[in-house]
This record gives sequence, C-alpha cells and structure tokens, in this order.
Amino acid sequence: MGGEKEETSSKPAFDVGAASELVGKLRGAFASGKTRSYQWRESQLKGLLKMTEEHEQEIADALHSDLAKPELESYIYEAAMLKNSCRLALKELKRWMVPEKAKTSLTTFPSSAEIVPEPLGVVLIISAWNYPYLLSLDPVVGAIAAGNALVLKPSEIAPATSSLLAKLMGEYLDTSCIRVVEGAVPETTALLEQKWDKIFYTGNGKIGRIIMAAAAKHLTPVALELGGKSPVVVDSGIDLKVSCRRIIAGKWGCNNGQACISPDYVITTREHAPKVVDALKQELEKFYGKNPLESKDLSRIVNSNHFFRLSKLLDDDKVSGKVVHGGEKDQSKLRIAPTLLLDVPRDALIMQEEIFGPLLPILTVDKIEDSFDVINSGMKPLAAYLFTNNKKLREEFVMSVSAGGLVVNDTTVHLAILSLPFGGVGESGIGAYHGKFSFDAFSHKKAVVYRGFMGDAAIRYPPYTKMKLRLLKALITGNFFAIIRAIFGLSKD
Amino acid sequence: MIWRAQPIIGIKTGGWKRREEGYIQRLYDKNQAANNFAHIITHHLVVRRQKMVDLEKELAAMREYYSSGNTRDASWRRAQLRGLLLLLHENQTEIFNVLKQDLGKHPAEAYRDEIGSTIKSINYALDNLKGWMSSEKAKLPKVALLTTAAIVPEPLGLVLVISSWNFPIGLSIEPLIGAIAAGNSMVLKPSELAPSCSSFLAQKIPAYLDSNGIKVIEGGPTVGEQLLQQKWDKIFFTGSAGVGRIVMAAAAKHLTPVTLELGGKCPAIVDFLSSSWDIEVAVERVLGAKFSACAGQACIGIDYILVEKKFYPTLVELIKIKLKTMFGENPRDSHSVARIINRHHFLRLKCLLDDPNVRASIVHTKKSQEVYIEPTILVDPPLESMIMEDEIFGPLLPIITLQKIEDSIEFIRSRPKPLSLYAFTNDRSLRKRIISETSSGSVVFNDALIQYLADTLPFGGIGDSGIGRYHGKFSFDEFTHYKAVAWRSFLVDFWFRFPPWNDHKLQLFRHCYEYDYLGVILTVLRLKKPKPSSAS
Repeated sequence: MGGEKEETSSKPAFDVGAASELVGKLRGAFASGKTRSYQWRESQLKGLLKMTEEHEQEIADALHSDLAKPELESYIYEAAMLKNSCRLALKELKRWMVPEKAKTSLTTFPSSAEIVPEPLGVVLIISAWNYPYLLSLDPVVGAIAAGNALVLKPSEIAPATSSLLAKLMGEYLDTSCIRVVEGAVPETTALLEQKWDKIFYTGNGKIGRIIMAAAAKHLTPVALELGGKSPVVVDSGIDLKVSCRRIIAGKWGCNNGQACISPDYVITTREHAPKVVDALKQELEKFYGKNPLESKDLSRIVNSNHFFRLSKLLDDDKVSGKVVHGGEKDQSKLRIAPTLLLDVPRDALIMQEEIFGPLLPILTVDKIEDSFDVINSGMKPLAAYLFTNNKKLREEFVMSVSAGGLVVNDTTVHLAILSLPFGGVGESGIGAYHGKFSFDAFSHKKAVVYRGFMGDAAIRYPPYTKMKLRLLKALITGNFFAIIRAIFGLSKD
Repeated sequence: MIWRAQPIIGIKTGGWKRREEGYIQRLYDKNQAANNFAHIITHHLVVRRQKMVDLEKELAAMREYYSSGNTRDASWRRAQLRGLLLLLHENQTEIFNVLKQDLGKHPAEAYRDEIGSTIKSINYALDNLKGWMSSEKAKLPKVALLTTAAIVPEPLGLVLVISSWNFPIGLSIEPLIGAIAAGNSMVLKPSELAPSCSSFLAQKIPAYLDSNGIKVIEGGPTVGEQLLQQKWDKIFFTGSAGVGRIVMAAAAKHLTPVTLELGGKCPAIVDFLSSSWDIEVAVERVLGAKFSACAGQACIGIDYILVEKKFYPTLVELIKIKLKTMFGENPRDSHSVARIINRHHFLRLKCLLDDPNVRASIVHTKKSQEVYIEPTILVDPPLESMIMEDEIFGPLLPIITLQKIEDSIEFIRSRPKPLSLYAFTNDRSLRKRIISETSSGSVVFNDALIQYLADTLPFGGIGDSGIGRYHGKFSFDEFTHYKAVAWRSFLVDFWFRFPPWNDHKLQLFRHCYEYDYLGVILTVLRLKKPKPSSAS
C-alpha cells in the first residue's frame, strides 16, 4: 500500500477535471460508432480472452499477493470463469445483436415492428476486492458485447490486481474506448460526478446507496451487485458428509468466506445441530489439516481493517462462549481459522451484519420449517441454500424464500450457470448479469415500428363523432366482429 | 406587606407603572400570539407526524397482507384484473366527465388514449398471465451432472406507483396492470393536478379491487414526499425529469429500484415525399399526434418537425389546410382539442412565445384565451430559445428547416435522447441510418403514437427520457424479480472439487471449464500429465 501511495503522488492527481476530460474523449470515440460494429466487439472480447490465457500465472500471483488466494481457487473462480464468459459471448454475440421481431396487433395494422438492442453509450464499472479479476472483467464482457465505451475502476484494496489490470488492459484492448482508472475515494468521487449512461457497481450496500444517489443527479441507470447474509438451511435425513463438503466449498473454499454468495450462517434443528457440527469439523480437518492457519488452501483476510472487524464479531460478549471449532487468529499474517459458533443469539453483532469472513454461526430452530421465517424476517439475501431430501420442504423453500438466487443441495454453483441471471433483490442489489443477462444489462431495447402510408382510418383524427367513438372502441379492443358491426351501424352502444 | 407596598410604588411612579403595564400587556399579547403560533406549528407538526405514523401503520398492514401470500395467487391477480376491467366498463360516462373536467378531453380522445388502450392491456395480461407466471427452465452444460435449474418469477413486494396528470386514468392504470399481474401489493398516488380524476380513482378503486392489497393515496407534493420517505420494493414514476431525479435520490436511501417514465423533445423528421397521398397522410398523422393527444401534453407527442428547406412551404400550406378540416375555423368550438391543464402551464407556454424572435416565427395561430391555446405553427424559431430547449408539452409546433434531410441525424444526436423519434420517409437507407445512428426510447416510421398501443413492444426511455420499460410482458417483468434456482442431487460430486488442492485437480478443472470431456477422462485415467504450476 505504501508503494502505491508514492506512485500516485508522483502522477498528477485524477480530479474532476481529469475525469471530465476522460469521459469527453470516450464520448467522442463512442460517437464515432466504432464500438457498435460486430468486429470491434469481437476483437475486444478476443483480446480479453487472450489476455487471461497468456497471463494466467501473473494473475494468480497478483491474487496471491492481494489475498493469498490459493492458485486453484484463482484459476476456477477468476480466470476460468472469465474465459467462459468471453467464450459464451463470442459464440452467441451475433445472435444477441440481431433485432427481435415483435408481433403487431389488429389495432396498429398494417405495420411491422422489432426490438433493436443498442449500446447505452459510455459506462462506468466499479468493482470489488474479493474477486478483483473476475468481478472487474465479467461486467466488462457485457459492456463490450453490448457495444459500449467504458471506464473500469478496480478496487484499491487489491492493489496488485488493480495495477495488473491497468497494465494488461492497456496492452490488449482498444484504449480509445476502454480505460482503467486506478484509485480510491477521491478518484471514485471524481468519476461519480460525471454523467454516465450506466453505472455498474459491485460492493456493499452503503456505497451502493451513494452510487445510486450520485446516479440520480444525471438520471443514470444503475446495476448494484451487493451482498447480504446468505443462509444455509440444513434438514435432517440427508447425506451429511456430502452436504458439509459442499458448505465448506462455498464458505471457506471461496476466498475464505470473503465472497458475496458465501454461506453466512447455518440454520438447523436443535437435535440435528450436534451432528452438523461434527460433520463440518471432520471435513474441515480433512481439507485444511490440523493447523488451518498454515494451510495454503485458504485465503487470508484482505487487510487489517477487515481483520479487526472480524475479531470484533468474535469478541462480542454474546458469542464468546459459543465457539465450538476454530477461533484461532494470527494477526501478523492476517489469518483466521475456519470457525464454527453454535446457538448464536440473533441479536449478536455477528447476526446483524454480513460476516464476509471465515466465521460460520449455526442457529437452531425447533422445526426446520421455522427457518424460513428466520430468513424472511431479515433483509433479502443474495443467495439462500437448502439441503434436504424432502420434496415438500424444497417447494416451500422456492416459493417462500426471496433471495437473488436459490440452490438446493449445494452452495454457490448457480454463479457458474451462465443461463441463470445473477443479481440481488431488495438489500442485496438491483439488476442482474451473466451470459445474455450481461448483454441486456448494458443494452437499450429500442422499439422500432414500421408503417406504410396506406390503411389509415379517418376515425383516428378529429373532428370526432359518435360513429368514430364506436369504431375506435371496437378497433382498440381488437374485436373483429364489433368492428364490422360498427361499420355497418349495427352497434348497440 | 407586599400587597401594601405595591400601590405605594404605583402612586409614586404612576407614569412608569402605566408604561410598564402596557409593556407587560404587549409582551403578554406577543407571547400569547407566539404561543398561539407555536401552538399552531406544534399542532401542524403533530398532525403531520400523526399522518406519517398513520401512513406507516397503513403500509405495515399492507406488508403484512403481502406476506400472507394472497397477492401471489393467480386467482387474486385475475380477480383484480377483472375488477379493473369492470371498473372501466361500468364507469365510462363518469370517466369521460372527469377527463372533460380536468383536461377538456373529447370522449373519443379519452376512449382512444385512456379507456380503450387500458382495456386492451388488461385483456392482454389476462390472456397471457399463466405463461408469464410460469418458471423457465435454464439450459445447462453437461458438466453440471444431475443438476436442474430454472428462473422463477416472484413479486417484488410492496410497490409505489406515482402517475401524471396528462393521461390521469390511463397512466395510473397501465402500471397497475403490471404490478397486479406480477403479484405485488401497491399504492397508487394519482396526480393532484387532475383533481377530478384523482378523486374518481380514490373512490372507485377500493370499490372494485381488494383494498387490503391495493390502495390509492391522494395528495400533492407533501404527501408525495411522505410516501417517498417510506421503504418500497419498487417505485414506478411517470412525470418530469426534475421530479424523476428527486424520486431516484429518495429511492437510493432504501436501495429501491425505480422505473422512471419521463419525456423529452420528440422530433418528427418529414422527408420529401413524392406522392401527394403520402404527404397528406403524413401531415394528418403529425397533426393527430401533436394536437389531438391531450393538446400536445403527451410525453410521446411530437415536439418539433425537421424538414428540408425546399419542402417546407408545401408542408406548411398543407398543415394549414388540414388543421382547418380537423378542427374547423374555430378550433376552440370543435371540442376536439383538449385544454391546457392549468394556469401555471398556460403561462409557461405563453412565456415560450414571448421571446420576440420566437413570436416572429409564428406562421399560424389564433388568439389564445383563458387556459386554451390554439394550435400554433412556428417556422425556424431560434435554436437557443426556450421553445427549442425545453420540452414544449403543449399545442405549439415548431418546424426547423435543414439543408439536407440527412442533417436531421446530427441535429437529434446533439440533443438529449428523446422518448420517441418519428420519421416520415420512404427512403430505406435513411431509415437504416436513423435506427443505427440515433438513440431514443422508440422509433416509429411513417406514423406516431401507435407504439404506445403495441403490447409486444417495450415502452420506455433512455438517458434523460427515462429508466426502465413497460407494457405487456415488459410491465410484468418490471414488477418481478427473476429468481435463479438450481437443484442438485447428493449423488455426483467430482472428488476434485474439494481441497486440499494439487496440480492434478487443477488440470481436471481446466478441462471441465473448457467443456473438454475427453480431457477429463484422460486426466482421470492419468493418461494426460497435468501442467505444473509454480505456486505448489
């Protein structure tokens, strides 16, 4: 972080003036129509793909420097997912760009109509530090596919990845239309004062509110990819070993719990809870060994701020006696071991905010059905998970639990299914992306109607008469017989 | 003793005493007045607070009702839509009356723009509701063994619809159709500037719809502000960009998604048309879209015309003739042009014409009186005048002449994105250029306003003309959260999914993500060597 500061101080500051100059240049480039062509979009997506393929090791190294992310995790969740997004976009782009024919009705006959997707213009993407490569570039794929010019502001909390992105994107992509602005609060503020055609933000609800309020001044649409407390409901009578592995993979196997769709807490029945705890303990040891603080397969906590925040959650009087596994910390290495807390009271600090770390509270209820009330009494989460073999419970879960996405008998896998929209609802966000949904998030669906000069009914225009009113009634409601009746004056009303 | 002492002082210093008494009296009066004032203020605050508390209670009850799940039932949604249909059928005369009172709309216009179009939309929603409500299966790659996935539509919750005064019935009910079809509970705040329509809705909606889930709250800016302070799951606003900004900023505090249906200066490009039939039809459609849709007070009404210099005299002559056939010698008596909503807007429109340079450009008008403005045609008013900078929203029609009709593209591009763009042309290449080089909510060739009636087209703006879209299925979508749902079986789990990690597992992931099934098999059988990684 120190080196970063020195570097920025030697460069001229990125202020409002610089931001407005940058946006002006990009608007000029967008107006030239360059970004609209299929060829440009294709070449940029190929550039992103090539950049990710050729620098896989550098990407993994940057992620290791920012988060001590295990290489395999970097590969699966950042490089491979991004490459998949690029490939899907390259494969489908032509189809996405084709205008969609729309049916026209008797009312507007004779006419034809279509829905033409058009780029929004110049867009701003602000990304997060936890998956700094994927969450920066996945929205970029959508923005490019839809034909926009864009500015990416990666998170300053993952400085190595931020500067790698700035370097690589300058080499592989068309810098007249795609730019990276590195920086923290002052730079972001300068960017937010500009008029954008869309702002796509990944992060937390507090900043999300600031972004949306800034966007309101210019009537800019926003997509906010936020988080929330994503619950896992564990029913009895299931394959507990498989379930716990899948919970662990989604919690600690995803950046050590620092992921927006990581399980935040578990709900199970009072009598089933000890079994769940035992199974989790057992599998955790298999995965991360006896001393998880030394495990290379776990990310570290991103910085000391977050380390202290998480420590505070553990030090809360209400939960201090509840730790049933883990709890070890190493401040010098910013590491916290996978920690299980049993029977946490719902008014404890840890149950008030998104945990975003390796702590997993387990709540207990009398009946498993009660867990849905627990979930629905809080804010709508980004994801909710259920492990069960009970079909009725599954159906009730899908019906009554509102969340961005739901997964039954697994965690986090919906993120990788590109045919599903990924995004929140309520406090967990606004708007969705991934696959075609990313293209849509950065497109305007323009309605286009074609008419000839024939086939006009005089009834549309004044002077208005009773007869015209009658015909209009029939025409607008599309009632064919009423039209005939009205023309022949047979109508009753 | 004290009692005695007082008169003595009083006698001694009578004048002073009297002065002081007066002072005290005045002080007392002042105090009393202040007290009264404070009392009034407190009373006002108490009332306001009480109103706020009442509102919060009311909304809490609505949330409770939403949680009960009633509004999610297909039968509830159908019953409400049928209720709306019945409301429109049984109260047509009354709707004609309130629209006449608020805006002087002719029944034919009222039916075309507000009643008929809404009935059509409700029928469309009823016909398609089942399809809209059903989940959509999502395609999965083969790697995702024993997984199924679907996109499940779910209502957002409690939503707020704020509508506008120009189509006070149509623009109130049209969004309600979407909110109901999607299974939400909702509050409608109609515009206080069309008071008869507002009170009609407040009276009739509870009589025809389930008032536990659907409420009308009447009021002006104060009520609007109170409503905006509440937490909603969606705010759907129709109105001006200025208020749109306020709505969105208020929504940001609660992370509430918004749909903003705004306006803008919608241009109509009129190309040189060789056939006299085409010209006549074009002029009829332009005039219809300008003067006979609420007297130009429509968000998709034509704001100005772009035409080639050599063609404009023909156009102006024809416009004058057609105006006469449509509205007669005395448009006011034809009752075919609505009136201006109120004095404020009347003065605003008059103000647009006050600029002497603008006044000089008028080629057709008659005297305007009360809150009625005659259809007025202007040719080439200065581009930097107010009439060419602000949305006109009234029966004034500027015609801007250009050297070449292709210049219209640059003219439109250099201004904020309009809600609609109209072009009357038979030139295919011009059409293509308009679609790809300009940006607007919608584009209509050789006609105007009809896009509002097409259920299959998204209706909404871009940039300054709005956020979000509605009508038909798009209305349903606007009030729906599409929930991603994936189901997995416990059976298959690739053993390489879990840590501790090694190169072998990494290689398997590579193949899986590239959908290289052969590679997976070869690596599993150890017939393919993993690529070494430096970290391990």
